[in-house]
Amino acid sequence: MTDWLPPEAAIALSLSLRVSLVAVLVSLPLGVLVAYALARWRFPGHGLLNGLVHLPLILPPVVTGYLLLLTFGRQGWVGAALWDWFGFTFAFRWTGAALAAGVMAFPLLVRAIRLAIEAVDPKLEEAAATLGASRVVVFATVTLPLILPGVIAGAVLAFAKAMGEFGATITFVANIPGETQTLPTAIYSFLQVPGGDGAALQLVLISVAVAMLALAVSEWLSRRVARRIAGR
Amino acid sequence: MTLEIRLAHAFPDFGLDVDLTLPGGLTCLFGRSGSGKTSIVNAVAGLLRPDQARIMLDGAALHDLPPHKREVGYVFQDARLFPHLTVAENLTYGPRVRRHPPVGLDRIIALLDIGGLLDRRPGTLSGGERQRVAIGRALLSRPRLLLMDEPLAALDEARKAEILPYIEALRDETGLPILYVSHSVPEVARLATTIVLVEAGRIAAVGPAAQILSDPGTAALLGLRDAGAVLTARIDAHEADGLTRLQTAAGPLWLPHVAGPVGRPLRVRIAAQDVILSRHRPKGLSALNILPARIAALHEGQGPGVLVRLDLGGEFLLARVTRRSAQMLELQPGLSVHAVLKSVSVAQSDVGGRPAPDSA
Repeated sequence: MTDWLPPEAAIALSLSLRVSLVAVLVSLPLGVLVAYALARWRFPGHGLLNGLVHLPLILPPVVTGYLLLLTFGRQGWVGAALWDWFGFTFAFRWTGAALAAGVMAFPLLVRAIRLAIEAVDPKLEEAAATLGASRVVVFATVTLPLILPGVIAGAVLAFAKAMGEFGATITFVANIPGETQTLPTAIYSFLQVPGGDGAALQLVLISVAVAMLALAVSEWLSRRVARRIAGR
Repeated sequence: MTLEIRLAHAFPDFGLDVDLTLPGGLTCLFGRSGSGKTSIVNAVAGLLRPDQARIMLDGAALHDLPPHKREVGYVFQDARLFPHLTVAENLTYGPRVRRHPPVGLDRIIALLDIGGLLDRRPGTLSGGERQRVAIGRALLSRPRLLLMDEPLAALDEARKAEILPYIEALRDETGLPILYVSHSVPEVARLATTIVLVEAGRIAAVGPAAQILSDPGTAALLGLRDAGAVLTARIDAHEADGLTRLQTAAGPLWLPHVAGPVGRPLRVRIAAQDVILSRHRPKGLSALNILPARIAALHEGQGPGVLVRLDLGGEFLLARVTRRSAQMLELQPGLSVHAVLKSVSVAQSDVGGRPAPDSA
């Protein structure tokens, strides 16, 4: 399917898809938990957690990338421990690109899910409890089905954001073809070499298409949330 | 069945302090909005965690249990059906999460007449239909106690009239104890076997419905405009001129046509302001319903009115007269009088379906 693309571009595209998919799938359960905690629980540190989640949205991506490098790099306090105990590292690997993409997309993911949770009337959850459902069962049978379209919408948005992640990725794991060179960093590289404009333009079009598709799907799903909660 | 409720809770604006022991049947918690009625049922359901609570249902301590283990059904004012589930799935939600078969499903569907709604979504139901499904859903969770928090308040008169008979059927046919919150006197008069008057977080009075409704002291708490007593009656005959003769312990009553077969038991509510007192049996009066009575008690309020409790052979009525009339007629306990009921006073909407078991 990618015969019409230069090999480097095709590799970058498939790597980007893998990085983004892994980033979203791994961060999804954590995103639901954090969104639920922010929407429904009041606890000390609520504001701090909210700020922390949204930080990547406000910080310059280079700063986020550098902080990731300081934390998860081979010399970082978490990164060094992971290397010593498990022989695993994020540094200059595609998993690092996935981590960077996941962190950058996390605010969008949490925001969409939180909005869906806040639209669910807690009185429905109370009613479920009086009918014999424990908290976990209430979440599984009432809350989750009602927010599911919102969760999917958040995941789609996060996927699109991950596909476009540039600053944090290039700072954290550099721009290594076949390992950490994603779609945006590949576009950047093509633009640096004479005659690379054509390949860059193709990748730009692919990026635009992915972004538009993701937005459309997420819009459609949001409308389904509203309909589902209205019970029609 | 005994339900013991002892609660103490400090809200920011008022305190709740309740100590109640209730028999079975349908107990109405009556009081103004904001008096704490809903807080009491929420505490019984476990949705409110009061500062101090002791709630015992037939010797089992409910206050130690989380809401989902209390086996207390709850019908909310806003039905709270699950919007993503069909009516049938809403009904069987309790049995599914408790992993027991939906015992009595067909009987409850028939009782509430919701068989035609099973495949619908809650968003497409009318208010009355929603409330009936909510009642069915609560019943199917096999509760040991049913809580109903103003289940009719959000409905118009026609829808109320549609649901009241189902609640009466629950009270009379299932034997399930019901705690029912209301601030509507006609609703309380029609449904309650026991009445609890709640005022500013405290219990102002508790007792059997007939007693509370006909006691001038407590009737004043129900609101003077709404004060009135309940008579139990039985359809005696449908007469040729369109009137129905009812038989009561106090004597016969005639009402414009009341639907139902001869022999059917009824509750009739008579508002205190619709009762006129006369020392002698009046003649040449258009009122049809004149009953001999004996004054049991007089209750002077703060206004110009006096509430008179009348004993009509074991049944009690309330009459509201002015203080001046009371003096003129020299009303005092023990005096024999005639109670003239303005025929319009026995309103159709206040005519109940069945008498409560222990008010007969």
